[in-house]
Amino acid sequence: MTFAACKSRFVRSIAAALLSSPLAVSAGVLPDDRADALFHRYEGGGVTIQGPSVLVRKKMAEKYAVSANYYQDMITSASIDVQVSGASEYKEERDQYSLGFEYLRGKTTYSLNYTNSAENDYDAETASFGISQDLFGDLTTISMGFSRGSDTVGNSTDPTFSQDIDRSSYRVGVSQILTKSLISSLNLEVITDEGFLNNPYRSYRFVNPADNRLFVLAQEIYPRTRTSNAVALNGRYFLPYRAAVYGGYRFFTDTWGIRADTFELGYVHPLKRQWTFETRIRYYQQNNADFYADIFMRQNQQNFLARDKELSTFDSIALRIGATYEFTPSNLRFVKKGSLNLFYDRIEFSYDDFRDARFSMLPSTDPNFRPAGTEPLYEFGANVIQAFVSIWF
Amino acid sequence: MSLGKWIRVAGLCGALAVSSLVGASTPMAPSFTLPSRGGDTVSLEQLKGKVVMLNFWASWCGPCRTEMPLLEQMHKRYSSLGFTLLGVNVEADTRDAERWLQETPVSFPVLFDRDSKVSKLYDVSAMPSTVFIDRKGNIRYLHKGYKPGDEGEYLNQIRALLKE
Amino acid sequence: MNKGIAVRLVFALALASSLSACGNIEPWVKPYERQQLADPIMVANPNPVSSAYMDHVYEAREGARGALGGGGGGCGCN
Repeated sequence: MTFAACKSRFVRSIAAALLSSPLAVSAGVLPDDRADALFHRYEGGGVTIQGPSVLVRKKMAEKYAVSANYYQDMITSASIDVQVSGASEYKEERDQYSLGFEYLRGKTTYSLNYTNSAENDYDAETASFGISQDLFGDLTTISMGFSRGSDTVGNSTDPTFSQDIDRSSYRVGVSQILTKSLISSLNLEVITDEGFLNNPYRSYRFVNPADNRLFVLAQEIYPRTRTSNAVALNGRYFLPYRAAVYGGYRFFTDTWGIRADTFELGYVHPLKRQWTFETRIRYYQQNNADFYADIFMRQNQQNFLARDKELSTFDSIALRIGATYEFTPSNLRFVKKGSLNLFYDRIEFSYDDFRDARFSMLPSTDPNFRPAGTEPLYEFGANVIQAFVSIWF
Repeated sequence: MSLGKWIRVAGLCGALAVSSLVGASTPMAPSFTLPSRGGDTVSLEQLKGKVVMLNFWASWCGPCRTEMPLLEQMHKRYSSLGFTLLGVNVEADTRDAERWLQETPVSFPVLFDRDSKVSKLYDVSAMPSTVFIDRKGNIRYLHKGYKPGDEGEYLNQIRALLKE
Repeated sequence: MNKGIAVRLVFALALASSLSACGNIEPWVKPYERQQLADPIMVANPNPVSSAYMDHVYEAREGARGALGGGGGGCGCN
């Protein structure tokens, strides 16, 4: 059986991420033409995902802009969920295409975006529309956006299986210049999902009635709707010796009972004329969804049951270091400037109510064996690398 | 102050009051003196009798940078006919502007308004801002911002003002 | 919960747009004073490909999602 516990989640999350993707906000001026080629690699918790992401942006007559992005994930997964289900490591590939249009008229920018993501058992489509308006001497920018998404969930072991998800997202943001050196923004977003919100491969576990040191797996049952609200406050400050410090806080709640806080603090330091260094720290914490439990006492103990660790109580801390080198190619008249970038992030996940069930899968004579429900809490670290080239033309 | 001076002041105030009631469309361009990139100082008073185009710009402003080569062409073409272009750089720290001008040189005078005195005087409310001043020293046209194609309008206005 | 958030969204918008309606308050940062805000290190999202990717990395592993926008600032030209 090809196990793809995390897979559908990735697709769903990228679809959702695109729903909530930041609007390309401009202040009476469209951003410059550019092309970026990124190589990304995530490695942690038994999962390796890598691939390219390529973006091209071009504007015309300072009024219209078009952008296109191709993104790919090549996944090799032997995550804890794969191992607990008894499946073997699987490989998967996901392709995603996006197309965007912008129209600038006076101080208003209108944008349209379409994204399509496909893999062998999951398709997602998202369309979004946004408006951003500069007011008050260009000190204030208001933006609003609306997205609709439609996913088709499949199951590679059952060709007849096909379920849908509909999602909508509404977002509003205000960006305000507070002083000559300080800008802040407030963003709100409401996202609604409706449909088959499970992962068709994922299971919850309950105590084995025949032997309470062991557990039995059964397919998760999720509610058919989810509405979430997020509000975030961010700021960026220019330090007098030419550096920038930025930070933000996001508050999140949803109808599944999850409450999450995200804190971020970063520092950008340019050196000489060509180098820029960045460091950032991010702290995230959430409490579990109402219907989540690491282990249930019996099968169908409640209406909805989940064991997705992304819905558990956990926190994560991430540290980034990054370097950018800017260059001006003299032999390529087509290219105005370019940059080489390397970012490294280290993320540590620490779960408070998700246990490492592999310990109760060991033979009971093994000294490391732990009865189900008393295994050590799971934690893991991940390395994320991004290497990319950008050119402006 | 002597009586004569009082009468002149009263007369001037009266004239100002009347002109402000009658014609806000052709206000006097406020005079100023600023240091130029060449090292000397330039004052607007010296240029009475010429058509003057004041362009408020900064090296960090994209549309300003796009506009500059076109302004250079205009200055070259019409400076012998009694037209002059003054580039008023509004940056407090002029190093970036100097660096940019080395890469993209211009022949018209570039003045440094480091403490924003002239920007405030002319109530600059957009970047870039272009002010056309006629031979008599009145502000005739004001352009806020720059979009490709605006230079056509500039040329028409320069020609119209030169004919006067 | 939807209605409550909708009300809050509208309120936030009204508050923001009332800033412009306030004719008595002049913009306190003039267009010619935006040198620092126009600096490339003050751009909110300088590498869209990279931030879209990182947003995805986190969203795939966390319960939270949304409110990731934030632009504005810049040179304020035109």
